[in-house]
Amino acid sequence: MNLENFLVVGAVLFGVGLYGTLSKRNVITVLMGLELMFNAVNITAVAFSRYIVPSVLIGDVSVRSDEILRLLLTGQIFAIFIVAVAAAEVAVGIAIVISMYRHRETVFITDVSEMRH
Amino acid sequence: MNLGSGTESSLIVDVIFWVIAVSTIIASLAVFHLKDLFRAALFLVVTFLGIAGLFVLLMAEFLAVVQVIIYVGAISVLIIFAVLMTRNVEQGNPSNSFKIPAILISMAFILISSFVITNTDWNLLDNVVIVTSEEQIGLSDEILLMNETKNQIEKIFSNTIPEISRLLLRDFVLAFELASVLLLAAIVGALVLVRER
Repeated sequence: MNLENFLVVGAVLFGVGLYGTLSKRNVITVLMGLELMFNAVNITAVAFSRYIVPSVLIGDVSVRSDEILRLLLTGQIFAIFIVAVAAAEVAVGIAIVISMYRHRETVFITDVSEMRH
Repeated sequence: MNLGSGTESSLIVDVIFWVIAVSTIIASLAVFHLKDLFRAALFLVVTFLGIAGLFVLLMAEFLAVVQVIIYVGAISVLIIFAVLMTRNVEQGNPSNSFKIPAILISMAFILISSFVITNTDWNLLDNVVIVTSEEQIGLSDEILLMNETKNQIEKIFSNTIPEISRLLLRDFVLAFELASVLLLAAIVGALVLVRER
């Protein structure tokens, strides 16, 4: 259970999400791949915040105080904001999917190709 | 799982980490492999729960709960609603013509990033051990300083909720307010898109 293990898990999940986003025909599956990529980035951010301590924070007590040491949790704050953005994005994405299904009776991205040359 | 002597951990915690990590990866592969889209969405729920378990192992308990509430409790439910409303039982979850290049691209990404990760010299804070106060007399000032820093870091990570709240409302308050504006825009946008004409 080291930093490298968590980062490799994050990279593998990102790769799986990338494969799903690029290679599937159903729009909802594409959105599921996007969510998986967001989660992989979350794992990477939190792993960095847990294991990496910037050297400026290891210093004299007069130089750094407790408020600065709190900034170690910036990775987790970043992950919270990524969760918020991903929630907003999936809400709008599902709205687009419903609207597409209502007008075209299909959810496959290969069927909505009027903008292709 | 304390940070006490660095990044060592007991055998049980290692086994738990590997069990959770492998099951998360297998569930994520099942999401894109199953023919039935509903089962794929359920395996996505399993993936999110596994990731919440990884957050607990990373001493981010608040984030684990946020993950379960928002991802499993709201986003997965939304995805399952969409799956059930737009069901296509015959075709289900097919792949398009980009399957082989997608496999190659994702394998290349995984291999390159794993190579970079394992060959980077992460300067971790794990080569200093915590000593008791009797042994502190003969050590240099630098090691004592790192020792004290590790104690404080451990104190912060063992109680993340007040620290996260202070960070959100003092240092990152601008991003916090912008996130609320973003969520408002997403709500209005989603409602406009699904409005009946």
